Amino acid sequence: MLVRVSDLNKTFRRGAEVINVLSDLDLQIDRGEFLALMGPSGSGKSTLLNLLAGLDRPTSGVIEVAGQRIDSLSRKQLAHWRARHIGFVFQFYNLLPVLSAARNIELPLLLTNLSSAERKKHVATALDIVGLTKRAKHTPRTLSGGEQQRVGIARAIVTDPTLILADEPTGDLDRNTGDGILDLLDALNREHGKTIVMVTHDPHAANRASHHLYMVDGRVSNEMAA
Amino acid sequence: MKYVLLIVSNLKRHVLRTILTIACITVAFVLFAYLGAIRTAFSMGVSVAGADRLIVRHKITIIQLLPQSYESQIEKIEGVEDATHATWFGGIYIDKKNFFGQMPVKPEEFLRMYPEMKLPKDQMDAWLRTRTGAIAGRTTAERFGWKVGDKIPIQATYWTKKGGDRNWTFDLVGIYDGDETLDKSNFFFRHDYFDEARQYGQGQVGWYYIRIKDPSRAEEIVKKVDATFANSPAETKTETEKAFVKGFADQAGNIGAITIYILGAVFVTILLVAGNTMAQAVRERMSELGVLKAIGYTDAQMLALVLAEGVFIAGIGGLLGLYLGSLAVSAGDPTGGALPVFTFTPRDKVIGIAFVFALGIVSGLLPALQAMRLNAVEALRRE
Repeated sequence: MLVRVSDLNKTFRRGAEVINVLSDLDLQIDRGEFLALMGPSGSGKSTLLNLLAGLDRPTSGVIEVAGQRIDSLSRKQLAHWRARHIGFVFQFYNLLPVLSAARNIELPLLLTNLSSAERKKHVATALDIVGLTKRAKHTPRTLSGGEQQRVGIARAIVTDPTLILADEPTGDLDRNTGDGILDLLDALNREHGKTIVMVTHDPHAANRASHHLYMVDGRVSNEMAA
Repeated sequence: MKYVLLIVSNLKRHVLRTILTIACITVAFVLFAYLGAIRTAFSMGVSVAGADRLIVRHKITIIQLLPQSYESQIEKIEGVEDATHATWFGGIYIDKKNFFGQMPVKPEEFLRMYPEMKLPKDQMDAWLRTRTGAIAGRTTAERFGWKVGDKIPIQATYWTKKGGDRNWTFDLVGIYDGDETLDKSNFFFRHDYFDEARQYGQGQVGWYYIRIKDPSRAEEIVKKVDATFANSPAETKTETEKAFVKGFADQAGNIGAITIYILGAVFVTILLVAGNTMAQAVRERMSELGVLKAIGYTDAQMLALVLAEGVFIAGIGGLLGLYLGSLAVSAGDPTGGALPVFTFTPRDKVIGIAFVFALGIVSGLLPALQAMRLNAVEALRRE
């Protein structure tokens, strides 16, 4: 088991009102699993993804990733932990427009002690995996949406993270391009053994995952094998 | 070093805005260098005045003369090591705008009083041999293209020659030099020639320079000198050279304070311009900063990245401004002689560099703190 979540609660305050976004949530994700998190807007799936990424802290409960509890880490410890263990794929790619594809992919590696030559080697490998070796020097503006998302995925895998978290990775793409991205995630899962958690609204995208998890009102509604 | 490309790339985001901001900072630091040189010109005499030198002048005003016989009386006062005199000549070289100080002095005594003035021995010997001989500071000699051996005509405004002739001609026998703090604009000629040739005022001089043995006793000796000539037809006012030079400088107003006020206003404006640019630059890329946080950049790294951008912009603009300002100052005194010591001092350069980096840090501080405190989840939600 790679991820263990138990009795997880997350509440937000809006004035005097307390909103329970996640309630007593229990979850286990095995190493090598490709999990699709589904559910309507406001069901808490993005909040859960942020908590698994260490971007946010739970109100209560336990989050354990690769044997380490992250719910009690400080902001600084969480930042270091994210750099080592998490690869994040965003819906809108979130590339830095002033940097080339290769430099965008290199960003997480700047946080490591790797030399410039080693960083270049890692970037080249990531570019090769996502099939964009020839577009390395292009800036995001000159890349298509699908290519930008491939760069985003390359940035997420370049540090060889423990867990890849994808927030609606095909949400901004047409069906064909989205399928290409799903093929890539599928390959990362099957061929490279990467554990992936993907938030999606799209049943077509969710069908590519090995497991599905449906959330309603901050609780797991159903879980079944694909 | 590995973050430099990231910092530089962010500056390319809005090239025109970056260039304009850098240009503003450059102009501010050119002004800093130039106004610094002006302030130095008015205060340099004060800051380099010898602590062991006193000036004795007429009690009422400096334009009233003192008897030459005072010299021997001053030298007898206990604590006085040496004394000599000078007189303001105030002539015109070709045109009124060619202003520089001209004073008759006793060559050996005067150069002994001012060892910081460097004059080659052969030129000193020539001065002692030539009654009409004169020496000029390097600045003035270069300004008018004078060479040793030239005849220098000076038209008197007050000190006419016997018979009423206003034209004095001196033989340039030497050019004195010194470090950058020395006023190298003056023109000195021999008192004995002046005293003999002038139509009136024989036996009288403008003021005395005194060297004292112990600078800590200056106050005591000042009182002794003035007491010596109390109740005489020409009572004296003795003061330290610093006070004397400051009195001269203050006639033009408190230039130091004025330049500081102007620079203060310029820097506050530039701080607002640079600060606004940095704030805008950070505000418009919150989601990108959120991404950096999401992939593992710590709060401290975010703070450092944004601060480094501010320092980078200020560094380029400020150092370029200091360099251009230094070039402008080295082109020389813009007044054509009224500011003889016109220099951008090493001390001001160091202060300038410190200001450059302070500007960078202060202008980037608020946006940097904003980036540091940024909540990645909220920042990514802004997309």
